[in-house]
Amino acid sequence: MPKLLKPAAFLLCAVPLLLMARDLLTGNLPAEPVKDLTHRTGFWGLFLITTTLAVTPLRRLTGWNAVQKLRRMIGLWGFAYIAVHFLIYLVLDQFFALDLIVEDVTKRPYITVGFTGFVMLIPLAITSTSGWVRRLGRRWTTLHALIYPIALAGVVHFFWSVKADTLVPTRFAVVLAALLGFRIAYPRLKSRLAARALRPRSSLAVQPADS
Amino acid sequence: MLIRRAPEIRSSEITPERVYLSRREFIAAAGVIAGSVAIPGVTEAADRASRRQGREDRLTPYEQVTTYNNFYEFGTDKDDPARHAHTLRPRPWSVEITGECERRGRYDLDDLLRGIAIEERVYRLRCVEAWSMVIPWNGFPLSTLINRVRPTSRARFVEFTTLLDPVQMPGQRRNVLPWPYVEGLRMDEAMHPLTILATGLYGRTLPNQNGAPLRLVVPWKYGFKSIKSIVRIRFTTEQPATTWAVVAPHEYGFYANVNPEVDHPRWSQGRERRIGELLRRPTLMFNGYADQVASLYQGMDLRRNF
Repeated sequence: MPKLLKPAAFLLCAVPLLLMARDLLTGNLPAEPVKDLTHRTGFWGLFLITTTLAVTPLRRLTGWNAVQKLRRMIGLWGFAYIAVHFLIYLVLDQFFALDLIVEDVTKRPYITVGFTGFVMLIPLAITSTSGWVRRLGRRWTTLHALIYPIALAGVVHFFWSVKADTLVPTRFAVVLAALLGFRIAYPRLKSRLAARALRPRSSLAVQPADS
Repeated sequence: MLIRRAPEIRSSEITPERVYLSRREFIAAAGVIAGSVAIPGVTEAADRASRRQGREDRLTPYEQVTTYNNFYEFGTDKDDPARHAHTLRPRPWSVEITGECERRGRYDLDDLLRGIAIEERVYRLRCVEAWSMVIPWNGFPLSTLINRVRPTSRARFVEFTTLLDPVQMPGQRRNVLPWPYVEGLRMDEAMHPLTILATGLYGRTLPNQNGAPLRLVVPWKYGFKSIKSIVRIRFTTEQPATTWAVVAPHEYGFYANVNPEVDHPRWSQGRERRIGELLRRPTLMFNGYADQVASLYQGMDLRRNF
């Protein structure tokens, strides 16, 4: 089973892209296909980036450590979707019109934020190989902490890009807040759980007063 | 840059040819009309304007006109209206005429339309989201209706209201917008010959998702001004509080004239994607109807009154 985990996850990550390819080839895209593909690649990119942030909490809470092995792959798939998202913008939206792109990036906050997130993703994708992990040592962890501002940038970008219906970006924001909150709360939670485990059973009865 | 010149056809002389064909004949004719000079009256001058840009205006296929819609009363995705609007009952339908006019009252729609000649108008529709279509509407000038109900001299604006009924319009169960949807026009905009009330498109009865049974079409303004499924028309002395201008006043103004020079705060309005085309095309001043409507806004700062 663990042997199949990785290929299964790989295929799962590829499903949205395959569906997009199918819709493109069968002419099954809505009236504004470019916008549709932009939205779908953006959604799945952010979804997968958020998923990588769920790996650590999942391990801590369930002790299922095998999931750790999937994190790099999920992150790279997330990067792939965002890269396609950007390429669609570059080619089909702006057709390489550099002046318009510069105007967008500098004048439109949601594009500024989204573009910044994309640029920050690039070094993470490059340094994702085992060789780079080894070479960078502890600095690798520091560098890859960029994933937090990247995820935040993604959610803000999504939020600011919608016209009125903020339901989906709000869901992302709530999930992201929970995942980041877990990281802040976990050390305290852990020490409290440890302390509780060390205490004699009978004292548990008086415990609720401070919780 | 808007280059003003005298239109070849004065707006006062425009009497669009009535092209009300049966469905099958029309579909057959549509292709011919799209590529030829058969588009009557009003749109001709505008077509020339866009041909100057080296672009043609082909009719957007019926399929896309009726499946790609912004009609938040049925959901916020573009395909939601086509999927959910079957719950709307466009008959019987009544429209309340109220405010500063002599013939106030609630009229059955069929009574209201009696004796009004339905004509064909091929218009570009430019959405504020920077996509556009070309749609053959069936309808009549709003001015025809306004003249019938005799607004008083105090009437300076017209306010339109969409049906409020979360049963028929399930999208209204969510507070995406403050329901009901409200739009408005200045009196001279409302009386302009290009401004129509539509009851159909492509020679067919207006589909629910396109705003059945009665909607406004103001071709030189962003699509959201063209309010759908109208149940109330009110003549006012004050500028109406229109929905998008209330929700996001820095993004959507009362006028909402198509203007490539004035960007939406979040995206450029300089170009648009015509549905069915891959790359964007330039957006025309007043959506290509500058010859007919620019005079309405003479001396106005269009950057402030966006």
